[in-house]
Amino acid sequence: MNDAAQISSLSANVVAILLIIGATFTLVGSFGLIRLRNFYQRVHAPTLGTTLGTACIALASMIYFSAASGRMAVHELLIVLFVTTTTPISLMVLVRAAALRDRALEETTSEAPGEGQ
Amino acid sequence: MSPVLVWAVGVAQVLLGLAMACACFRILRGPRAQDRVVAFDSLYVNAMLLLLVFGIGSGSALYFEAALIIALLGFVSTVALAKFLLRGEVIE
Repeated sequence: MNDAAQISSLSANVVAILLIIGATFTLVGSFGLIRLRNFYQRVHAPTLGTTLGTACIALASMIYFSAASGRMAVHELLIVLFVTTTTPISLMVLVRAAALRDRALEETTSEAPGEGQ
Repeated sequence: MSPVLVWAVGVAQVLLGLAMACACFRILRGPRAQDRVVAFDSLYVNAMLLLLVFGIGSGSALYFEAALIIALLGFVSTVALAKFLLRGEVIE
């Protein structure tokens, strides 16, 4: 806390605005998980948090620790790089799995009345 | 710490907590397994962001490392769950 008192009011305001913006984006993205109906619509929603939310909050953290320690502190870039690289990969694998499961479900449900005819 | 920053950290923590609650709702409710996995993905990202905000609030850089570990392990677990949904096995 003692070095935290030394950051200027300009950087404190910038950090505060970035924190609120990033947290709001993340909340809107997660609210989309509740709000949207279909799985294929729902998979788009949390990416708002993983791109803009993560970028804003990591930028706020970088500015805060740079201002508090008096030197560049950019290690939060690691998190931004990692999250923005891995989210599309994991979601693409997941959507492929979901499409396969849906197709399998469709085949079993369309087979069942077909047997009766 | 300046009062505006204390206020912003508190508001950001509340917003991220609400976001985690939304994800938890979808995990509990989700009609199928893939809905739960997407909600879990969003849950760990929200927890990681909450840890970054905790780090700003307390002024210590230790929280950054915990957030990085959450990001790494969360990606691995999401891919493992998706692989399980795809093939029925994680390691073949």
